[in-house]
Amino acid sequence: MTMVTEKDINEQIAWAKINTDVLKSMENPRPAYWVTLAVCIAMVACAVLAEYIQYTVGMGTADLNNPHMWDMYIAAFVFWIGMSHSGTLLSAILHLIHADWRKPIYRFAEAMTTFSLLTAGIFPMIHLGRVWNLYWVLPYVSDRGIWPNFRSPLVWDAFAITTYLTASMLFLFVGMIPDLAICRDNTTGWRKKLYGILALGWVGSDRQWRHFRKIYLLMACFLIPLAVSVHSIVSADFAMSIMPGWHITSFPPYFVAGALYSGCAAIITLFILLRYFFRFEDYMTLPIMEKTAKLTFAIAMVWTYLNLIEFASVWYGHDVYNKELLIAKATGAYAWIFWTMLFCGSVLPFALAFRKLRRHMPTMFVVSLFLNLGMFFERWMIVAPTLSMSHEPHQWDIMYGSIIEWAIVFGSFGWFGMLFLIFVKVFPSVSMYEVKEMVFHRKLSAGEEDLARMTDHAKPVTQTTGGGGA
Amino acid sequence: MSLDNILNHWSDYRKGAEEGGHHDYEHRWAMAINLDLCIGCNACSTACYAENNLAVVGKEKFERGQAMHWMRIERYWDQQELEHPEQGASFLPMMCQQCGAATCEPVCPVAATYHTPDGLNAQVYNRCIGSRYCSNNCPFRVRYFNFYSYYESSWPEPMEQQLNPDISVRDKGVMEKCTFCVQRIRTVKDKAFMEDRSVQDGEVVPACAQACPTSAIVFGDTMDEGSVVSKLWKKHQVERGVYQKTKLAKKDADLRGYRIFEELNVDPSVMYLERVREDI
Repeated sequence: MTMVTEKDINEQIAWAKINTDVLKSMENPRPAYWVTLAVCIAMVACAVLAEYIQYTVGMGTADLNNPHMWDMYIAAFVFWIGMSHSGTLLSAILHLIHADWRKPIYRFAEAMTTFSLLTAGIFPMIHLGRVWNLYWVLPYVSDRGIWPNFRSPLVWDAFAITTYLTASMLFLFVGMIPDLAICRDNTTGWRKKLYGILALGWVGSDRQWRHFRKIYLLMACFLIPLAVSVHSIVSADFAMSIMPGWHITSFPPYFVAGALYSGCAAIITLFILLRYFFRFEDYMTLPIMEKTAKLTFAIAMVWTYLNLIEFASVWYGHDVYNKELLIAKATGAYAWIFWTMLFCGSVLPFALAFRKLRRHMPTMFVVSLFLNLGMFFERWMIVAPTLSMSHEPHQWDIMYGSIIEWAIVFGSFGWFGMLFLIFVKVFPSVSMYEVKEMVFHRKLSAGEEDLARMTDHAKPVTQTTGGGGA
Repeated sequence: MSLDNILNHWSDYRKGAEEGGHHDYEHRWAMAINLDLCIGCNACSTACYAENNLAVVGKEKFERGQAMHWMRIERYWDQQELEHPEQGASFLPMMCQQCGAATCEPVCPVAATYHTPDGLNAQVYNRCIGSRYCSNNCPFRVRYFNFYSYYESSWPEPMEQQLNPDISVRDKGVMEKCTFCVQRIRTVKDKAFMEDRSVQDGEVVPACAQACPTSAIVFGDTMDEGSVVSKLWKKHQVERGVYQKTKLAKKDADLRGYRIFEELNVDPSVMYLERVREDI
């Protein structure tokens, strides 16, 4: 242990202050909130209009064509699914390994998980030619005895995503129950009614806590393999095909790493926004930001490594289709996307290696947005070049999508933003009970440390305050 | 259902899943296309449009790559042809290769495309939900998607009278592709069944083969040893299930037969005979 470690949180925060701060964040939206919400809804409206045209006229309005049967919709789908992984990482994995610095920031990360899944789930639906027959991919009991094709990765997708969505929603909800009880006890009107129902009669008795701990741990254990499997299965959409650039063995870990990466970057973005707008400086502190940034950096390096592996195995594999495609990616029409992706994904994260930059919020905000831009381009680079340059040279084509397609992709950000904005005003975006727990534990251990130091040096140690304390 | 029954079904399923295709074939329809005879006149493509109710999409959508030509003539300009343009381009009539181990089949989420006992890749329009994964996994890119309700504008009155009543007109949102003129195969099979005999070679003629002015396209059943197609395949030493037998490995200049992307092990049912060129 280093001598002067900065504290993740100031353990002197009173429990009552935690309650007040978090409850205050849910009240009285400022005009800026309403404006942002209106912008998000307008974006969604654009997407709905575009989808209406696409639904009534046909998929051709998205400028999809013979080689490009999939395009931005699937890229956006993979992007949003990826975004959903960070919540699980922060809440489930870090919960299991007792990294308690996750506590002030996991709630909004979990909400992000749920909402990005709700966003991702839209894309495979709207990209179907006959969306009204969507339920045919589910194995429902039909009097004609017709089942879906269990060999198809798209069917696995349907299972994986619905399971993951259900599990992560439940995890979010269960983890929120004690907080909902706090909200119930401190609000009036419709809020009291809502929280009263959702809190499921939580009174904080020993028995309830015991059960709560058990189920929370159980769900965390259940969620981790799910998170790994869901993105592996999404990668199977590509890896199970025989197309050059898709049929790659390293795709499942590559996708999972990419998912954690974009999720962490998104956490940093939202972290900074919440910290700034909700005055959460006492909870979303700089040391926690630093830890998140370090985690992101580590994942970025894993992602870079897996990328290099992919390039190397394609290069030395001497499969003519794969190799030509790789060269075309780096030098062809999509080269600017390819190199932007590599710059944003592999070079830019080195900014996170510098302590000064890690603690400079505006820089971190911009960097995190660019990291996610890189990850969006990564998904684009997975989907589009393979389609534009597969085995059959007669069908080679470059395509950038129509305004309809872009409007829907653009609208998905509005949809996510809208859900998230509603969430932060209806539900506590910082876990009150877990922050209290964290403060309590820190206080205990700090007390012990002080005691130890006192006996060592026979003198009191000056109290260092939390770095982010306003 | 007894245990044996279940186990047998399971092993059948496994076999199908691992090797692809069907295992109790009644026919294996196949083609041989002689590129030496192909003059690139597009008569096959036109005939296909007429026979299979293919929508004419117009210039704009064609340029956008949204055309529905199940049968297309691909033009390639190799180095030799660029140097001697008077020789003309190389033509390659390209349609669904009805692969024995088709890559489109396992990826369809609703099993809308499957292998028939005739050795064809069937596409069930009514079952298709338009995920378009099959097309993405087709190395030949011969699957065509109904990006619009083409029927609304393709056959203005009274042109709808020319539609082939034997097959459906597809609406937006479904995938379609060459069927080897399955409606003609059906008609012939039904007739043979009524007359209590087997299908004779040359009885089934798909529209493209019928229209070809140079008879470059030969169609038939490779399970029928005596059929012209079988003999051509045998003559040029192209065999089903035998891969890596590329044209390069063949020493004899007369052996011109090859199947496209044979190295992908998809077992196509169309054999092409290389064009013979004089060396200049």
